[in-house]
Amino acid sequence: MRKTTRRTPVTILTYLVVGFAAVLFLAPFYFVLRAALMTGTQITDPDWHWLPDPFTLQGFTDLFDDPSVPMANALGNSFVIAIVTAPVSTLLGSMAGYALARISVPGRGVVMSFIVVTLMIPTSATFVPTFVLVSAMGGVDTLWGVIAPGLFNAFSVLLFRNFYLKFPQEIEEAGRLDGLGHLGVYWRLALPNSGAMLASLGTLSFIESWNAFLWPLVIGQDPESWTAQIALSTFLTSQSINLPALFAGAVVTILPLVAVFLFAQRYIVQGIAASGMKD
Amino acid sequence: MSDTATTGRTATAARPAGVRPGRRGRRTDWKAVGAFTLLTAPMLLGLGLFKYVAIGWSFLLSFSEARGTVDLGSWVGFDNYAFLLEDEAFRSSMTGIILFTCFIVPVTFGMSLGLAVLLHGMRRGRAFFRTSFLIPAAVSYVVAALVWKMSLFNGLPSGVANTIGGLFGWDVQSWIASTDPPLYWIVIITVRLWLQVGLYMILFLAGLQAIPVHLYEAASLDGASRWAQFRHITLPMLRNTSVAILMLILIAAFQAFDEFYNVFITAAGNSTAPVRPPLVFLYDTALKGQDYGVGSAGAFLLTLLIILVTLLQGRLVGFGRKD
Repeated sequence: MRKTTRRTPVTILTYLVVGFAAVLFLAPFYFVLRAALMTGTQITDPDWHWLPDPFTLQGFTDLFDDPSVPMANALGNSFVIAIVTAPVSTLLGSMAGYALARISVPGRGVVMSFIVVTLMIPTSATFVPTFVLVSAMGGVDTLWGVIAPGLFNAFSVLLFRNFYLKFPQEIEEAGRLDGLGHLGVYWRLALPNSGAMLASLGTLSFIESWNAFLWPLVIGQDPESWTAQIALSTFLTSQSINLPALFAGAVVTILPLVAVFLFAQRYIVQGIAASGMKD
Repeated sequence: MSDTATTGRTATAARPAGVRPGRRGRRTDWKAVGAFTLLTAPMLLGLGLFKYVAIGWSFLLSFSEARGTVDLGSWVGFDNYAFLLEDEAFRSSMTGIILFTCFIVPVTFGMSLGLAVLLHGMRRGRAFFRTSFLIPAAVSYVVAALVWKMSLFNGLPSGVANTIGGLFGWDVQSWIASTDPPLYWIVIITVRLWLQVGLYMILFLAGLQAIPVHLYEAASLDGASRWAQFRHITLPMLRNTSVAILMLILIAAFQAFDEFYNVFITAAGNSTAPVRPPLVFLYDTALKGQDYGVGSAGAFLLTLLIILVTLLQGRLVGFGRKD
């Protein structure tokens, strides 16, 4: 009894602080949605409106009707990029991680350092070198030019390697007895038993490629190859800004991701925790 | 016994000859080499091409006069580097990013640690609050910059910040254009905090969960205050987590691009950024100005700075202490 009375003021204060912070963190979502459903004049009206009155979907129609910003095409591009990048980069990371953890060959250490060294180069500082290379290979304005550099992630190799180091020896030996080789053990046993890792790294990779801005901006100069983020950014610079359409653009760009995010949150939390703790 | 047990998975070569007659010995296991090669080849080729070749090429370009071309042109030695080091714009972008980093790193660190500790101590509603703080991490910098620029901090009386300010009787501010006082910093810094704090909070939460509860119980019995427990148990036990998180925040700060680009870009497509972080500078030089030689040199100078600061941070934070 005494314990609870002593704890109460601290507990109330905690909830007040955290609750206030949560309101601050969630408020921007409300502001986006509110503006997306308003008319342009209502958004700039000095009088505050808590809710759109009248509700209108004009912003969304304008968004997809604007000929200067091919938003539908851009969303399609982003979707293709994310849906290719996430599984392929995760699979490549798992393959290399498995080999490094479980297949003992001469020179394995060299291969490992070859991969780890790339981690020491800050990724964004390499956009000029990568542009130089990809443009020399003819990748400007192509979807593969946007996708290719993002498929190879040394970080996921390391995470998968650590994961497979702990993979039970018995399962592997059982597979051996059934006549599986190294590739068979990987494909039939190790990979199907990596569900949580695949889900967490796959989701993170999906989010990362959906949200990427600098690289798609650098490599996609033709509107046909724009991603949703680039299209949205271009909207900001268009001559006359259609505010409801701009916010509608923000909504359609956020929406798929928040859906993925809420659905896969458990895995993301695991993945973030795993990748962060691995220093 | 202990030999095979402890080295089990890597013991193919070390296994005493004759245990598995014939098949394995000290001879190369070509099947293993084949499988290893197949599994690692795509990653090695990709990293080799997009990291090693790209960086090697760019390194050569940084010593070349390469305008409007990515072919290796005429050799100019250290001219590109000398040009950059003398260039006022480049120098101010470097000092700008250092100032930005000095501010954003401790603030992000403190806020995410604070929220994590508060959440960790909660009995109810933890999952709800965790999601509330984490959800902005899924939003892109482009969208966030757009919302900050066009809704929260637009210069109109209807802007959120100006509306709230109006309740306190403040004048309408043009947040982004205001350089005296430099109110644009509020815009830039709050965007980043909104997007990043939840992410690092999750990392701290994971670290907090790994601290044994009995440490706190023992400290409580000894009558240690909450603050004393935080200082003498929580902080030391979070040491490794903290060092890792500091490094992540630091590197992310040096690579700032998206929010500066999108907040300060004008209708004409030009940047009005009072502070142009190095990546924005590099983008302008290499991509817009088509000067790949100077752009490459700048990329290497930035990389050098990041490596130096990371090492320095490791020194400062990692000094003393056993381990």
